[in-house]
Order: sequence, then C-alpha cells, then structure tokens
Amino acid sequence: MMIPSDDIQNKALVVEDLVLYFQLTHGIVQAVDHVSFALDKKRAVVVIGESGCGKTSMGRALTRLLPRNVNRYTGKVFIDGVETMSMDDETYRQQVRWVKISQVPQAAMNALNPVLKLKDQVMEPLLLHEKGVSQEEALERVHAVFDFVGVPDGFIERYPFELSGGMRQRVVIAMALITNPAVIVLDEPTSALDVLTQANIYNVLKRIKWEKGTSFVLITHDVATSSELADDVLVMYAGHMMEHSSAEAFFAEPLHPYARMLMAAVPKLYGEEELQFIPGKPPSLLNPPTGCRFADRCPFAMAKCQQEPPTFQLGDRLVKCWLYEKEADGIVTSPEALAGVSA
Amino acid sequence: MSEQQVQEAVYTPAEAQEQPLLSVRHLKIWYELKRFGFLHAGYVKAVDDVTFDLPRGEAIAVVGESGCGKSSLMKAILGLVHPHDGQILFEGKDIWEGGNTAMREYRMKVGYVQQDPYGALPPFMTIRRILEEPLILAGMKNKEERLQRIIRSLEEVKVTPPDDFLNKYPHMLSGGQQQRIVIARALIRDPKMLIADEPVSMLDASVRVEILKLLDEVQKERHLSVIYITHDLSTVRYFSERIFVMYAGKLIEKASTREILDNPKHPYTWALLNAISDPLAENAKKLRDIPPGEPPSLITPPPGCRFHPRCQKAIQGLCEVEVPPHFSVAADHEVACWLYREEA
Repeated sequence: MMIPSDDIQNKALVVEDLVLYFQLTHGIVQAVDHVSFALDKKRAVVVIGESGCGKTSMGRALTRLLPRNVNRYTGKVFIDGVETMSMDDETYRQQVRWVKISQVPQAAMNALNPVLKLKDQVMEPLLLHEKGVSQEEALERVHAVFDFVGVPDGFIERYPFELSGGMRQRVVIAMALITNPAVIVLDEPTSALDVLTQANIYNVLKRIKWEKGTSFVLITHDVATSSELADDVLVMYAGHMMEHSSAEAFFAEPLHPYARMLMAAVPKLYGEEELQFIPGKPPSLLNPPTGCRFADRCPFAMAKCQQEPPTFQLGDRLVKCWLYEKEADGIVTSPEALAGVSA
Repeated sequence: MSEQQVQEAVYTPAEAQEQPLLSVRHLKIWYELKRFGFLHAGYVKAVDDVTFDLPRGEAIAVVGESGCGKSSLMKAILGLVHPHDGQILFEGKDIWEGGNTAMREYRMKVGYVQQDPYGALPPFMTIRRILEEPLILAGMKNKEERLQRIIRSLEEVKVTPPDDFLNKYPHMLSGGQQQRIVIARALIRDPKMLIADEPVSMLDASVRVEILKLLDEVQKERHLSVIYITHDLSTVRYFSERIFVMYAGKLIEKASTREILDNPKHPYTWALLNAISDPLAENAKKLRDIPPGEPPSLITPPPGCRFHPRCQKAIQGLCEVEVPPHFSVAADHEVACWLYREEA
C-alpha cells in the first residue's frame, strides 16, 4: 500500500482511481472514470452534477449495489480504514454493507416495503448485520433511532402508507442509521419533498453528522440545497471528477469553468444576477470525447483541451482543467499525494 | 377554429382596458368522501373560499406545499373539476355556463404545461402528430397549413431545425427538449392564458434556466396571462410579477414578487422563505428554524386561522377562533393574518 496507513485509518472514506463501466449491446458506458477523493470523519461531501454525469453510479459503486452489466469495476475503496474492493461479494455483504456504509436510495419515499410494519423493516438491518442482537434489544434501538430522526414513537406499529412523504423519508434515514455506519450515501434524499420538509430533513442530517459523527456522501443535482450539509464539494461531469474543494472555497469561487457555469444557473432568492445556462448538452458516455469532456461547451477551451487534463492540485483543492496548469502546486498522480490533501 | 380566427385571438391593446381575463370568486373545491360508496362522510376541502383576479398579460405564481390545494385550483381553472361553490369567470363569463360547447371553446383559449414532460408526451406519437392533434381538434382542415403552423411553433420554442424533429418520438429527445415540445403544444392554438404546473421541477439546473427564460420570452412576446404553480420560491422571481401564497386550501398572502421577498408578512411566508437555501457555505453550520408539524388535514381543518397550530406568533383567543380576513397592509399587498389587524 502506498498511502501511510495512519492517514487511511483517520479517514471515513478514501476512493482511489475508481472506475465503473457498463456493457451495453452497442458499446461501453464510462459512467465513473478514474475518480479519486478522500473524506474525513464527521464530514459530508456533496457530489453535484447534471443527470447522467455518473453521480448515482458512483454512489452505487461505493455500496456495491450494481446491475449485472458491469464491464469494469476497479480501483480501491477504503471505508473506515478497510479496503473493500478486494473482498468478494459475500464478505462485502457481511462485513461492510450496512456495517460500515449504508445507503438511502433515490426516491426513498417509495423504498419501504408496503406490507411490513415500520418496526420490522427498520429492525431488519440490525438483526442481519449485527450478530447476537436480540429482538428486544433491536426494538429498543428502533425506538432510540426514531426519536433521533424525529419520528413519533407511536408510528413504530404503522405501515408506510400511513405516513406522509417527509416522515417516510425520516424512516428510511433511520434505517440507514440504525447500525451506526461510518458513512451514509444519500442519493437525492429530498428531491421529491416540499421546501419545509426538505429543510427539516437537512436539520436531521446535520444533527446526525454533529452528534453521531457519521460522514455523508450526498449525491444531488440541487446545488443550493446541498450547501446545507456540504463540507466538501465534488463536481462531476460526464463521468469525470472536475473539481474537489472545501465548501467555503467552492461556494465563494468555483474553479472549473463547468462548476462556475453550473453555479451561475442556480436560482437565488436574493441578489440581482441574471441566470445563465450552459449551451449545448453533455456528451454521450458511450463514446466520450478524448480530451477534456467539457471542452465542447467551454468558453475557455483552447488547443490543449484536446488532451485529457490531469488533476491539478491548488492548495487543498483539486481541479481537472488545463487553465490551472501554471498556478497549480502539482499534479495528483499518485495516491500518496491524494492522501496528503486533507479535505 | 380557422387560421383567421386564430389570428384574431392575438392580443389587442383595447382589450386591456376591459375586465381582468380571469376572475375567481369565492371558489370552493370540495371533494366528497363516501362511506360504503354512497353514505356521505364529509368533504376534503382542497380549495376553500379563494378569490383573485388575473389581469391580461400578467404572470402570477401560486406558491405552496404539496396538499395545499394548488393543483386542485389549477384543475378547476382548466375546467377539469366542478367547483362545489363559487365562480370562475373567463372574460366575464362563467366557464360552467353554456354547457359543453362553451367549455370546449374556453379550453381552446387555455394552454397547459404539465409538470413531468416524460409523462406528458405520448410515447408512441411523433412530435408532428403530438403537435398536430390540437390543431385537428380546433378544426384546421388544411394539412399544409397545419404543418406550417407546427414548424413556426417549433421555431418559437427553439427546437431547431424543425425538420429534424418532426418525425422523432419523445424518447429520442432530452428532458429540456421534451419540455419545449410540451410548451409548444400548449401554445399552438394561441391561447390567451397559460397554466404551468411546476414546469421546471423535474429538470437539471442549467436546463431549468433555459426553460424559465423561454417561458418568460413567450409570455412577454405574446402578452400572455400565465399562472405559474410551484413550490419553489427561488425560481418565481425570475418569472412572475405577483405571488399568491397558499396554505391548506386558502390564499394567505397576495403581493408583488419584490414585496413578498423583501417584506413578507404572513408567518407561513416567513417560514417558506427561511426554508430556501441560497448556495452559501455558512448554511452547513447552523440548523434552520422551521415551524414544527405538518400541514393540517383538509377534511377537518383547524378552526380559525389554519396555520395557528404551527404559528409561533399565534394570538391566544383570536387565531384559533376566527378566520382572519384579508388585511390590506400596503398598496397591492394583502395578508390573511390577525397580526396586522391594527395596521390595515
């Protein structure tokens, strides 16, 4: 291993050179293409990008909930200090999924089993993944976790259809939380909810982060709301990681041209700026362009953009764009350098 | 409707002096609940005593959470549900008077943009057929004329070159292009009023801006009256001049967009504005102040002001007893809240 093991031990999640390709009849979809980042404990990274940029695939690659047509699935993923990519599926299921990392799926409101009482389904991960937990103990834990996410205690005997969307969302979060994993992957957790409910859910997530020390990978296309939880921001475009910065630095001034244009398209409640949109559309991931994948739509594109840019390091920020070639502190080539970037 | 009639439908300045295009008067939409299929068991009061005017050429937004009755209001305006009580007047005429013929004529003058473009376009019809159907129904017999109209329409919504798209199916288009087709379909009969139900909520940030800009352009160019229904206050200010805030079946605040953002009056409007985040790093450092609880049941809504169980400013002995009337707190700013009983 190239990274000093101390560094990895201290991080909730280290992703190195993660690749996930899908096989279709007419080609290979490069959904996640060489993505590397590290996430400290008690922090949240938000993965933002347009639909089809590979952000959901990345989340699924982390929890290894993959469809059958995987063509290539390589790289290294350290979750809570343990390398998981070398494990076989059964070991992964027993030792990692829901023990170290759990997931709140997209459209989580509809992710509950309609014919099971809430207590039975929230309890299930605990009974399956923590050996030696008795029914009574598990029920106790369900009460505790419901209390924590703000679901009234009486709801424990109810069925999912008796709950509002916001309450169901809380139940699904409770289910992801019950085994106390180090990392929770949230895939568009609030996109189907109303603004007030959404703000409430983010309050719950913040409390989980602060009080339980859980780390989050938040996958979303809603940039404005994502700032509620963000400590780090990871911008994805067409399968590539375009930028990785701390939230302070990113929301003050995004570096990558794509990130800048994306931010200019976010509606704001106050302020006078005109909204801008990005002309054109993202490339197909079936036959992506060879150079920078954003070059076609980029106002700063130059001749060099025909070659794929490396990931440049500027202070503690990473950006994959030739514009920063001169000011960069270096190129991130080895995982060692990456681990040095304390998020 | 022939081409000539369609041309006439275009706005003329003289019309502006007349009455508002659409007036809604004490509208109540109550859905009856039945037990065993025939016993009366109460009503779901989805829209309860709503009154407003929509002037010609103005864009208004109806903002509220899901279940506040905004979609029922929209359905009633489209003539899809029969009101329990109250009137909907379009150009001074009640839309339910005059039977089916009058209703059909009314619907010719109203365009509707659905929320979900993927679901709104029939998957087995080509773009040409999708856009042709409303024209056939309007009685436009000449095939060549229809084609010209479709091409003009596609150019208006910037799906260009039109020839490339005529024979495509909806699934071959991106989400933004599909929504443009939905808009083209809503506009193809030159309506006087457009109802847009969350037209951008399913789209990506960048595409969302394109569609908002397109709607804004079309509205200004055609001098359309638009009702924009949404739960997202942050997109409203780029588009509409006035905002109506709706809560549990009632309009609780009506004001210009600027006024709502700079000087909101109703505690529920405060909560809504407070819940929306602008992209700032500080957001992650504090909890948001959100009123507890959830919107009330519309079958047995709370007496008095419907927001009082969640309201931190509720006045004991008043808010839970009497329904607040609309107080006028400034020019063009009405609020249904007892806090302003002295100011008004």
